[in-house]
Amino acid sequence: MKRHDGRQPEDLRKMEAKVGVIKNADGSAYFKIGNTWAYAAVYGPRNLYPKFLQDPGRGILRCSYNMMPFSGAGDRVRPGQSRRSKEISFVTVKSLLPVLDLEEYPNSVVDVFIELPQTEAGSRCAGICAASMALADAGLVMKDLVSAVSVGLNGDQMLVDLDYAEEAYEDGPVADIPVAMINRTNEITLLQMDGEVSKDMLLKGISMAKDACIKIYEVQKKALKAKYGSE
Amino acid sequence: MTEVLVKPKDIVVPGELLVKGMDNFPGPGAYRDNEEIYSSRLGVVYIDGRTIKVVPLSGVYIPKTGDTIICKVIDITFSGWRLETNSAYSAMMSLKDATSDYIGRGADLTEYYNLEDHVVCKITNVTSQKLVDVSMREPGLKKLVDGRIVKVNTNKVPRIIGKKGSMVSMIKNATGCRIVVGQNGIVWIQGDVNNEFIAIETIKKIERESHIPGLTNTIKEYLEKQTGKKIEVQNEKA
Repeated sequence: MKRHDGRQPEDLRKMEAKVGVIKNADGSAYFKIGNTWAYAAVYGPRNLYPKFLQDPGRGILRCSYNMMPFSGAGDRVRPGQSRRSKEISFVTVKSLLPVLDLEEYPNSVVDVFIELPQTEAGSRCAGICAASMALADAGLVMKDLVSAVSVGLNGDQMLVDLDYAEEAYEDGPVADIPVAMINRTNEITLLQMDGEVSKDMLLKGISMAKDACIKIYEVQKKALKAKYGSE
Repeated sequence: MTEVLVKPKDIVVPGELLVKGMDNFPGPGAYRDNEEIYSSRLGVVYIDGRTIKVVPLSGVYIPKTGDTIICKVIDITFSGWRLETNSAYSAMMSLKDATSDYIGRGADLTEYYNLEDHVVCKITNVTSQKLVDVSMREPGLKKLVDGRIVKVNTNKVPRIIGKKGSMVSMIKNATGCRIVVGQNGIVWIQGDVNNEFIAIETIKKIERESHIPGLTNTIKEYLEKQTGKKIEVQNEKA
């Protein structure tokens, strides 16, 4: 069965990615999926104050997720930190840290700023994709790139990369499951869920997310190489 | 059976498979996982014998022993000067490393280097916790008076300097500016105002176009057009 916008259940929305979009940052990228746009800027490793935050064993990673005031379809998003954005910043750090090696940079910090000028579902996943490209662009030591996508239950169907209409479906069970993965090893670094889903459907969703992440990885890889004019 | 899947000078991304098999070693910017070698950086592949390494194209400066860098004085203490190195770590220059002059007890240290002064110095030691010691007791290391400071990508510094300094001396000769390039990506330029701007633009151009072949010629033509002077390119073999 086709979806309301003509996609198959396993299809992603149209993706676009570019690296090096913010000149003053040490590394930057945007990742656009459908109408969700995420820009990420990486600064550092740079010095970290207040001093009690410093870790003499390794550098630390800080992420900030921010939706711009009129980025959503609904009301104006109030600027500044909210409970939601704090949580998303926190899970973004957790999903990116497993690939980063910051032991070379003791007592320092790597700052990642994710800005979303417009969103239509799947914004934390778009943010993670953009941030992982920006970290690579900043020349940091990484085991691999991280790709992320949301899968979800819509009535009785498991779908990849839900848009807002599907996420807001009201005539049946809905679940929204963002997944982030390290592509090479298929390790999952982010798995959240909102809604209700059976075990079988969840496993099906995760395996669909794995296939979708491979497609996203190709887009990320191509964008990183395009900055230096190869391929 | 070893299979090398990349060519020298290929651009690779983190996590990209470079080699299958046990006959090669991972160098800097690469790591081994069981029988395979992967890249751990965005950069260019170099193969040196059996070692395969990835040289980064971007990133901030990390202090290394032996680098000559340009620093700004940010603090003056009892025992020396604290310097800002354009990296995550500041450097310390002690009294005895600062000058060959005798500095007496209770002397006013601002007489030598004051806050906001820029100096060329050399890194003598970097600890595991990235405490950096620098020295100025070597020829060519000095306080920088007048002129202007430009920041460039640290990874492009070797291209700005050129083989045995050929690129930077070409800019010096064409513009008549005095130029010092620090490994930490800070460049000091001093000369006539218009020539300073030409030198800055040239350096920015090198930074932008360093991956395009024929860089020396492009820059030579650019400098000739800007200064209206004919430039003799030094024979690289000489």
